[in-house]
Amino acid sequence: MALIELAGIERVFHLGDSAVHALTRLDVGIEAGEYVAIMGPSGSGKSTLLNLLGLLDRPDAGTYRLEGRDVTTLSADEQAAVRSRRIGFVFQSFHLVPRLTAAENIALPMMLAGMAAAERARRVATALKDFGLEQRADHRPDQLSGGQRQRVAIARATVMQPAVLLADEPTGNLDRATGDDVINLLEALNAHGMTLIVVTHDQKIGSRARRQLMMEDGELKFDSARPAAVAG
Amino acid sequence: MRSSDVLRFARDAAAGYPLRTSLSVLAMAIGVAAVVVLTALGDGARRYVVDQFSALGSNLVIVLPGRSATGGFSPANALTTTPRDLTVDDAFALTRLPSVRRAAPLAAGNSEISANGRLREVVVAGTASTYLDIRSFRMAQGSFLPEGDWSRGAPVAVIGSKIKEEIFGGSPAVGELVRLGDRRLRIVGVLRPVGQGLGMNTDEVVFVPAAVAQSLFNTNTLFRILIEARSRGEIEAVKREVTAVLKARHGGEEDITVITQDAVLATFDRLLRALTAAVAGIAAISLAVAGILVMNVMLVAVTQRTGEIGLLKALGARGATIRNAFMAEAAMLSLVGAFTGYGLGLFGAFVLRRLYPVFPAYPPDWAVIAALGTALTTGLLFGIMPARRAARLDPVQALMKH
Ligand SMILES: Nc1ncnc2c1ncn2[C@@H]1O[C@H](COP(=O)(O)OP(=O)(O)OP(=O)(O)O)[C@@H](O)[C@H]1O
Ligand SMILES: [Mg+2]
Repeated sequence: MALIELAGIERVFHLGDSAVHALTRLDVGIEAGEYVAIMGPSGSGKSTLLNLLGLLDRPDAGTYRLEGRDVTTLSADEQAAVRSRRIGFVFQSFHLVPRLTAAENIALPMMLAGMAAAERARRVATALKDFGLEQRADHRPDQLSGGQRQRVAIARATVMQPAVLLADEPTGNLDRATGDDVINLLEALNAHGMTLIVVTHDQKIGSRARRQLMMEDGELKFDSARPAAVAG
Repeated sequence: MRSSDVLRFARDAAAGYPLRTSLSVLAMAIGVAAVVVLTALGDGARRYVVDQFSALGSNLVIVLPGRSATGGFSPANALTTTPRDLTVDDAFALTRLPSVRRAAPLAAGNSEISANGRLREVVVAGTASTYLDIRSFRMAQGSFLPEGDWSRGAPVAVIGSKIKEEIFGGSPAVGELVRLGDRRLRIVGVLRPVGQGLGMNTDEVVFVPAAVAQSLFNTNTLFRILIEARSRGEIEAVKREVTAVLKARHGGEEDITVITQDAVLATFDRLLRALTAAVAGIAAISLAVAGILVMNVMLVAVTQRTGEIGLLKALGARGATIRNAFMAEAAMLSLVGAFTGYGLGLFGAFVLRRLYPVFPAYPPDWAVIAALGTALTTGLLFGIMPARRAARLDPVQALMKH
């Protein structure tokens, strides 16, 4: 059973009279533990696909099975619960809460899930250590470098031990060296079994993934796992 | 999310935007403080009047000329004069009633007193020896008006403490001759200071026998008759008997009004309570304004923190969790504002009492409870809309705003 199964996914945005087909006839399966890069020109539907995978958005047609369960028909609260336990997000612009310290930002998903304070503290301590942020625990985001901010964000995305980690241009706001550090970090997490899906413009980063998905005008143009099937 | 975490999160969020937070706290505080201070003022006025009337003496019944329509007392008909006279003989007739302990006539007018080379406007009260006990006044020097025939007054006067002070200063006044209008009177006594009462400052009054006052003002009518009932329980009997006697004396016509201290008090009490409530209502408008301000502050907060709301949703927050967090924040702003305002209001009332020691400016309990209650409810009520707006935000759209 695949971790993620998309079948006949459509996503249409209506802007006045015109309809933008952000995703069309999308059929993709992703196994647990995979490392997938989604690439393609700007406006090809990469972020739309990632938002859909993260249950932040609903398709207009088609089904999305996560761990064998149809999640498109779930209520908003049920989807929130799935996001809380099974999905981790990493954003291009980090999205740290500015008034909270690094430790508090990492603890946020556990707090939202209603986890006991002692367990939270234990996991935050482990995460700070794993991501080399022990000295920065009490720093606010504006006191951290870009790389450190993204490390806090990754720690936050993984602290609930999700099944899949979704990263939209995680290195977009970072210089080359810091970006490579972040990719190494994500790859290390993947090496420990976490499914990793990265949207990127960067060919070099994209080619490091074991599987590439090429998007164009909302369609899947190329899937390195099925070179013959999709092309055309 | 646990409620303690919701509260902490809301507190940190409020603390994260100090200007916005202090602004809405201030608005709420001003609203509550206004209610507390203004009702303290209103209720202070009520207590002041009640205290004044209580100081008039116990078991007091007052007869005034003219029939009031309702039989009750209202300040309006207390001031009206009627052609039907109330005379010294009427007053004397009342002293023989079994339920009456004492009665005193009261004729009043303005005149000038001159003595010791000084001249001064005074209020002249024509009355009798019984007045002293009815009003529970005390003498500073000498004695009050002598007993004797009410219709033939001796040429004597008793002066209030302020008049004594202004005309004689430190030197003794008793035994001195003064000129009052065109009369020469001998001062037989000086009253102890008592202050305000019955609408005039007793310290600035000259008391003379009723007959002297009436001839001074060339009249034979009385302004009032004051009666002291034998006991509190006999006040109603006094009312009944006095009405009957005067009706008989006035050719069967009931042309007087009998009022009791209780009735006067009750009226003023009602009046000033209504006034206090009205003032509280006006002040409560500022609470509604504060509530609207809290709403706007929270709407700004939702707009400013749209990105954060999107993030919280991505991290698995349910709509209800986000709504609760914003509601908690609005409630905190109102709560802190309300209690700050309560403190400010109490301090304001304290300053008022310091400035005017005779004025018991304490806010009534009901006003404090109503002010705090209104502040919290408006805060919460006006917090609902922004909180729901936050909860309903589309996460993808929200995340793009950063
Ligand atoms: N909320 C929206 N309303 C209308 N159109 C939208 C909306 N979101 C996305 N689109 C459109 O859908 C298409 C795909 O957008 P998407 O953001 O997924 O592209 P992308 O591949 O992530 O591009 P980029 O590389 O620039 O981030 C675009 O044409 C975009 O204009
Ligand atoms: Mg994108």
